[in-house]
Amino acid sequence: MKKKMNVTAESSWKEVTPGGVITESGNAGDFRTGDWRSMKPVWNSEKCKQCLMCFPVCPDSSIKVCNGKMEGIDYDHCKGCGICAKVCPFDAIDFVEE
Amino acid sequence: MARKDKLSGNEAVAIAMKQIDPDVVAAFPITPSTEIPQYFSKFVADGEVHTEFVPVESEHSAMSACIGAEAAGARTMTATSANGLALMWEMLYIAASCRLPIALAAVNRALSGPINIHNDHSDTMGARDSGWIQIYCETNQEAYDTMIQAFPIAEHKDVRLPIMVCFDGFITSHSVENIELLEDEKVKEFVGEYRPEHYLLDKDNPVSVGPLDLPPYYFEHKRQQAQAMVNAKQVILETAKKFEELTGRKYGLFEEYRMEDAEVAVVIINSTAGTAKAVVDELREKGVKAGLVKIRVFRPFPFEELGKALAGLKAVAVMDKADSFSAAGGPLFAEVRSAMFDHARDTKAVNYIYGLGGRDVRTDDIMKVYEDLLEIAETGKVKSTVNYLGVRE
Amino acid sequence: MAYNLKATTEKPERLTGGHRMCAGCGAPIVVRTVLRALKPEDHAVIGSATGCLEVSTCLYPYTAWKDSFIHSAFENAGATVSGAEAAYNALKRAGKIDHTTKFIAFGGDGGTYDIGLQSLSGAMERGHDMVYVCYDNEAYMNTGIQRSSSTPKYADTTTSPAGKAVPGKPQFKKDLTQIMVAHNIPYVAQSAPFKNFKDLYEKAEKAIYTPGPAFLNVFTPCPRGWRYNTPDLFDIVQLAVDTCIWPLYEVINGEYKLSYKPKQKLPVEAYLKSQGRFRHLFAKENMHMVEELQQEVDRRWNHLLKLCGETE
Repeated sequence: MKKKMNVTAESSWKEVTPGGVITESGNAGDFRTGDWRSMKPVWNSEKCKQCLMCFPVCPDSSIKVCNGKMEGIDYDHCKGCGICAKVCPFDAIDFVEE
Repeated sequence: MARKDKLSGNEAVAIAMKQIDPDVVAAFPITPSTEIPQYFSKFVADGEVHTEFVPVESEHSAMSACIGAEAAGARTMTATSANGLALMWEMLYIAASCRLPIALAAVNRALSGPINIHNDHSDTMGARDSGWIQIYCETNQEAYDTMIQAFPIAEHKDVRLPIMVCFDGFITSHSVENIELLEDEKVKEFVGEYRPEHYLLDKDNPVSVGPLDLPPYYFEHKRQQAQAMVNAKQVILETAKKFEELTGRKYGLFEEYRMEDAEVAVVIINSTAGTAKAVVDELREKGVKAGLVKIRVFRPFPFEELGKALAGLKAVAVMDKADSFSAAGGPLFAEVRSAMFDHARDTKAVNYIYGLGGRDVRTDDIMKVYEDLLEIAETGKVKSTVNYLGVRE
Repeated sequence: MAYNLKATTEKPERLTGGHRMCAGCGAPIVVRTVLRALKPEDHAVIGSATGCLEVSTCLYPYTAWKDSFIHSAFENAGATVSGAEAAYNALKRAGKIDHTTKFIAFGGDGGTYDIGLQSLSGAMERGHDMVYVCYDNEAYMNTGIQRSSSTPKYADTTTSPAGKAVPGKPQFKKDLTQIMVAHNIPYVAQSAPFKNFKDLYEKAEKAIYTPGPAFLNVFTPCPRGWRYNTPDLFDIVQLAVDTCIWPLYEVINGEYKLSYKPKQKLPVEAYLKSQGRFRHLFAKENMHMVEELQQEVDRRWNHLLKLCGETE
């Protein structure tokens, strides 16, 4: 998809958006926070009962759910807080060293 | 046909606001600007405008609500004075940096403390570096005319900055003068539709306004903002030209009064210019080559134009109705003298701080200033650069 | 329609990953849930007070917000969003827009209980159709864990440090929810990200779709400021509601309704022990403070039970 906004740290003052308005909503998705992790949640699909409790507890919108089914973890953004692993009633998410 | 009427400055500005029919007005009352939201609330109550009036609980919230409304895509106005403007301070800078063309009627009043409700310019002069366009008005007619020009200037794509229309509390705001009003349709046509490029209520193109802006980008945004103020000068002049075509009333960056062959001049802002013009006339009758420059546009500051206008004079007195406590004169003096450095370096410049807290300034006081200027012109010597006019010694 | 977690996962995600909140922060969990309560077809204008949430989710040139978003300053999220709502009414009246936009302001306890209280009060009193959500993490976290009027008594913060002479914050926590109830607005609720999120989701839905002003006060743990391990967030929330330190209730048009009554009310000690900010209370000479906190929690809880008609 074509980007609505193309501003980088090399952009001149004539190129940055006026007033600092950000014209591309949700573009923080382009920024990777996955490399903040020191610990990592690992999903075990066999143990998973699809209760989806991991989904709302994630601060980083990093539990991938499609058509009501947990499909994995978005490691581009997951910061490794471990909340999902702790709340999982079925121990279907391990929390391991990165 | 234009309508002739007799109105106070506040009423004239409120009528201009009615004719503009903005989307949102958010205001909190403070003397001497209170009448503006009062008149305007009545227009709202009587269904004469489509405006959403937000009767906020403080001036800080007034400017905050204006920012929210303007960012949402609404043409937005407010009015305030003195401490009200001071309470808005933080938000004035944010309105300007977000490039939101809000219009504010600033009815000049002395800034506390001590508390005082009368006129001087310490309120808007304090906000001179907030990034707002500032236009000062001598009369009710000027205040009305400038308010109508406000949005075409502020919303112009090369500008997109908020604008303050400043006029003197009580002296202008409460005095009834003859005035010529435009027809509603002509105002509507002159002001035009507001079409923001990015706005919160654009459902299909959602935007984020007011981000954290760290070292990689902050400076670029500030440079852009600075350019907008540079651009504003031309847009102010173009708008004035169009306004002149509509009304015959001519406006510029400043007004030169009997300056053609002047040897001494006073540089002044707002209503006291009227008093000073009477003194100039009196001196001219005696054959004294006296003139006057009334600053209209203070932000952007007409640096080069003003410097050139003062070139060749023998002596100039800059009159400040505010002190900046810099120990080096008032704010207008600092700027005018700086402008003179490039273009009128041989002209002597002195500063008179006058009228603080509503102290009356009479023609006698102004005559004293011209007498001092004539002495400087004759001797080439300045006895005192910064002077306080009308204070008990 | 009855709450169904699975159904809510199918609604659009309105806060993207890639924001810079700390790992394990409670605030984005609260925000995501509140935003899920929006109807998918509705657009939202979201405002935020200056704070962790704002500086981390909207950092030029990135924004984590899928909807329209505005931040202007710290103390004025109420006023700023009220202005945007006024704009909506005016533009709608002028026929310039025809879609539905909902207005939601977020503020931390600093921006809500303290510096932004006046602006919030004004916005609620004027009756704007908006929701103000306080994500209450009980201190000024963005500037480095300074005490706020929401910080619990005796909590150790950087401006109420637990020392030899003064054992943490000397004052009890302010009850902002009650202040908002006193505004007599249509909807006020206290909630938390809790169990399957039914409580927060449904309260957010009511708050957003009740015409007029609404206020949500949401308990939002901060691992950094409260000093606990990030995975433990939901244990801490459970303890907060089971000790009745943070009761869940709502006030609809002045009528109180308790949302959750613990089967067994736990002693506050269980909650206090879960966090480093209260560690000093467990020194032998400070145990009377735990007792004092227990008494205050009991007093407030019993008062709430009366308001909710749960006791005579």
